Amino acid sequence: MTFEFLEQAKSGDRRSLARTLSALENRSIQIEEVLDIIGPVPTSANDDWQTLAITGAPGVGKSCLLDGLLRNWAQRGLRIAVLAVDPSSPRTGGALLGDRVRMTVVDDVGLNDLIYLRSVATRKASGSVPVIVEDMTKVLLALGWQRVVIETVGAGQSEVRCAALADRIVVVEGPARGDGIQAEKAGLLELADAVLVNKSDLPGAEIHADEIRESFELGAGNTPPVLLTSAIQGNGISEAAELLLTLLSSGRSTRARWRERLLAFHERKILESPQLDELLEKLAKGSILLDEALQIIGGESNE
Amino acid sequence: MPPTTMSEPWRIVVAKPGLDGHDRGAKVVARALRDAGNEVIYTGLRRSAQQIVDTVRDEDARFLGLSSLSGAHEHLFPKVCELLKLQGLNDVIVFAGGIIPLGDREPLYACGIRAIFGPGTPTSEILEFIEQATQMDNNGVGQDSDWHWTSAT
Repeated sequence: MTFEFLEQAKSGDRRSLARTLSALENRSIQIEEVLDIIGPVPTSANDDWQTLAITGAPGVGKSCLLDGLLRNWAQRGLRIAVLAVDPSSPRTGGALLGDRVRMTVVDDVGLNDLIYLRSVATRKASGSVPVIVEDMTKVLLALGWQRVVIETVGAGQSEVRCAALADRIVVVEGPARGDGIQAEKAGLLELADAVLVNKSDLPGAEIHADEIRESFELGAGNTPPVLLTSAIQGNGISEAAELLLTLLSSGRSTRARWRERLLAFHERKILESPQLDELLEKLAKGSILLDEALQIIGGESNE
Repeated sequence: MPPTTMSEPWRIVVAKPGLDGHDRGAKVVARALRDAGNEVIYTGLRRSAQQIVDTVRDEDARFLGLSSLSGAHEHLFPKVCELLKLQGLNDVIVFAGGIIPLGDREPLYACGIRAIFGPGTPTSEILEFIEQATQMDNNGVGQDSDWHWTSAT
């Protein structure tokens, strides 16, 4: 099988780029094969991030906010790719991917050459989305997109794992999302390198920002910056864009992130095992024990 | 048959070209396509032909569904088809829906649109179309098939 589209993707054809990402998603091509042709992933100059995750609960305004940030970054001449990850229905495997509705920057003829937006569904059978997203990220960077932003709902394991793969994690919060204790117990905040409290035009945003700051100060290490934004009114967007562009790692979550990565790769090993179906069948019938199944899968992938 | 865990879901862009602001139909279709196991990318309202084609290109969609209730289909749908061909997106399968009078349909089929669904079409019919359209590999907008779906509506 020849992969002509890889050569075309290398020469800047966006259709072929889209095809390459689909091929990775469908597992009809391996990341190594792609990079062999399009060239290696460049390393980052100084300490700038190459991948940034934007995550937070549904409805806090991630897409709107990102639209504003992208516009700002593109106006500086940066080439940015976005992978907007949305959940697939666990029942049917289908997905409704609606991030483009709010991402109007891709319609801006002056800027849309600098922005590539791709919607990614988590897909039913694939707990390995985070790994695929990482592969896609590599391809985008290798093709000269300077920064890759991964937008994902911060609920559900695979979404959190997608975020954990990025160099930096930005958590978007909204006003009136519960008291200070809610901010404490939200696991996502522990991974944050910065927090944007969006919808600052609504009451409660400032109080919530204070609660998050307070919660950060109780912990050890650098405290991540907490900013107020209003995507709909455009308040705080240019400040946030400036700050995020040179955002440093808070260093608080390095271990937690490696943990998520480790789990993601481990899960992929299991899900991609050629014997998975057979083992599930046998487990369901009770003809083998869980321990035995684990041994078979483990033995497979060690070869 | 909806895609199973073994086959990959179809990626389908559902778009609203032009200025009409009625997207209930588009949303019903998007929902039905999703429930059949597809990945549906909805563009939102008031997209230009170029914006729609850019979306199809960047999202690597296999299908494009166009919805119009404003009467501008005669102008907008051929424009979208033309741009798709111009960008080499010849293998994208295009279908349409909304208020498209019977007399307007032949020229749209001639542009490469493979199905036109009127009001009251059961969503199951659209799913059948999707299924059939992929049986042959020359049903894309810029390919040589002269097949099109004959809708009861």
